[in-house]
Amino acid sequence: MSIAPRRPPAQWGIRLRRMLGGRSGWGGLLLQLLFLVALIWVGYEIVDNARGNLANQRIASGFTFMSHTAGFGVSQALIPYSEADSYTRVFLVGLVNTLAVSVVGIVFATILGFVIALCRLSPNWLIARIGGAYVEVVRNLPLLFQILFWYLAVLGTLPNPRQSVSLFDTFFLSIRGIVVPRPIGEAGLGAFLLALAIAAAVAILLPIYARRRLYRTGRRLRVWPVVLATLIVLPTLAMAIFGRPVSFEIPELKGFNFAGGARLPPEFVALTLALSTYTAAFIAEIVRAGIQSVPKGQMEAGASLGLSHGTTLRLIVIPQALRVILPPLTNQYLNLTKNSSLAVAIGYPDLFSVFAGTTLSQTGQAIEIIAITMGVYLLLSLITSALMSFYAWRLGRSMGT
Amino acid sequence: MKPAIVAFTFAVAAGLSQAAMAQPTKPGVTLERVQKEGVISCGVSQGLPGFSTPDDKGNWTGLDVDVCRAVAAAIFNDPTKVKFVPLSAKDRFTALQSGEIDLLSRNTTWTLSRDTSLGVNFAGVTYYDGQGFMVKKSLKVNSALELNSASICVQTGTTNEQNVADYFKGNNMKYEVIAFGTADESLKAYESGRCDVFTSDVSQLYALRLKLATPADHVVLPEVVSKEPLGPLVRHGDDQWFDIVKWTLFATINAEDLGITQKNVEDQAKLDKPELKRVLGTDGNLGEQLGLSNDWVVRIVKAVGNYGEMFDRNVGAGSKLGIARGLNQLWNKGGIQFAPPIR
Repeated sequence: MSIAPRRPPAQWGIRLRRMLGGRSGWGGLLLQLLFLVALIWVGYEIVDNARGNLANQRIASGFTFMSHTAGFGVSQALIPYSEADSYTRVFLVGLVNTLAVSVVGIVFATILGFVIALCRLSPNWLIARIGGAYVEVVRNLPLLFQILFWYLAVLGTLPNPRQSVSLFDTFFLSIRGIVVPRPIGEAGLGAFLLALAIAAAVAILLPIYARRRLYRTGRRLRVWPVVLATLIVLPTLAMAIFGRPVSFEIPELKGFNFAGGARLPPEFVALTLALSTYTAAFIAEIVRAGIQSVPKGQMEAGASLGLSHGTTLRLIVIPQALRVILPPLTNQYLNLTKNSSLAVAIGYPDLFSVFAGTTLSQTGQAIEIIAITMGVYLLLSLITSALMSFYAWRLGRSMGT
Repeated sequence: MKPAIVAFTFAVAAGLSQAAMAQPTKPGVTLERVQKEGVISCGVSQGLPGFSTPDDKGNWTGLDVDVCRAVAAAIFNDPTKVKFVPLSAKDRFTALQSGEIDLLSRNTTWTLSRDTSLGVNFAGVTYYDGQGFMVKKSLKVNSALELNSASICVQTGTTNEQNVADYFKGNNMKYEVIAFGTADESLKAYESGRCDVFTSDVSQLYALRLKLATPADHVVLPEVVSKEPLGPLVRHGDDQWFDIVKWTLFATINAEDLGITQKNVEDQAKLDKPELKRVLGTDGNLGEQLGLSNDWVVRIVKAVGNYGEMFDRNVGAGSKLGIARGLNQLWNKGGIQFAPPIR
């Protein structure tokens, strides 16, 4: 004979009370509301006082300056910019530059960090020691010092543009950066891109189909020749029918600098190198800790199944380690983004340099500009956090936890 | 980073404490506080030979530094009662607005937008300057008009940044400007070859050229592309403090005009000439009208000399820079330095 379980009382009421009022119930809710009102009042007073005092001292305030003409040049703008544009445009240019250096830095730092962590864990004595030495040297030197080192001691020793190192007279390396031919879209570009997209879709979907089939029927389908053929044949066909997709503008030395071509400025290169090598040292330690947190038995189990060292790492150890790795890894990503504000030391026009620097000193509107800049860095950090949380959530779900 | 901290503190201070911000805007408050503390805080550059630079013993010297010392001498009869605060071009105005310094004497160009929107008042002109360009001699460039497509190093937060844009655009030339946080970083990048051109006020070009490994390999081009009247400035609102700084500067110029020098000032005060008696305080109460003692000019000249002596010692013939007086000569000797009369 079985006893029917008692229906639990309606939970939502209790839960709501807990959530809003905490342990002290509805009285707690009242206290919280009072606290909120006090907070809003303090915030209002801060804004109101600031406005009054600025007016008293006749310091300009408000946000109208954002539409004024900036009137200064910026060395690297990934979106069209000229001196006649407004401070809003300067803000966007700086933001894009910050994003560019952060994203590229994060990608390189992650790859390098994983590689170094695997080096440190390698059974090979020499490789493990090299990994260890890298971490100890790089993470114990100040970042600003490393940025200046890359900029002045490494890139600063490159020859001037007239003596630049060139490859086939189309690629040039000098103290002004790396200059490469710039692709210019031609008539066949649209068709070429479409063909490439179709080929890419085939390359992604076909292996998925093959794996499903393998699970269902147990028969392996050899797809890579088909994928390779599609990737080569389709774009070539598009090129043959619709003409060349791009032509290249070859850079050439005119006057003091190279004219034409696309240029990677040394400030960007130095900052990216410094940020990614520095952060990689921390990431390496995080990854090592994550991998070592996975019980040794997992590795042995993989080996006893006949999996190679690499396959065991990739399929068994790293997915489990990722759960440990992700939260501190997010911290490092946030640090890298925020550290990119050291760019001003080497003249890289990031948000902090062109907006919280030049724009601030030209307009003198410290409060508004610092508030906007803080808001942007906060937003960037929150977005990064959210993306990483989403990834962690998906990872957790796929592992059934 | 420092500028952020200064600006943030400023923002919070502006918001939270009405007292802290509102006080200095009333006339008389700055002098009262300075007298109570026994020292004035003076914002200077982070090291610009001739204008403000610390020597190997940590003593600050330079034309801008002498302005601070003159104000200290006028108030305390002691030119050493100055706390020097080195500031980058970017941080200087925030430091003055927030009350971190009482006086900014840091080769700062007097412009309309700074005078009106920053809540500051310019007290006069210590040096009439203009922006120029420095290049390596080996480039064989003779004129700024030959600089099309050049890379240019500049210090961020200066009028120079905008002047470059104006000049190159006005002459239909292309350029690439790389802006650094401090003058030293900018100079280092120029020296390494990152830039073809280093631009700044001409006086600074001569001063910073001395910091290069081989100064003789670099040449300052003849074009002067802007007007840069440099002078000290104070916070808006305390008119008495504004008057003290303004008239301290005028006193040094008037002293040169009247032939009063560091050496002869005591003797001049004993002479029975009405104008000298008035200026040097043996007759009338002009010093007290400023809130100082009547012998204020004697104190100033004894401490730092007259304007001509300050100029010669720091940037002129008697210094390593050796800059000619030029525009900075007195108005009756071919220049444009002129001070309203002390009477």
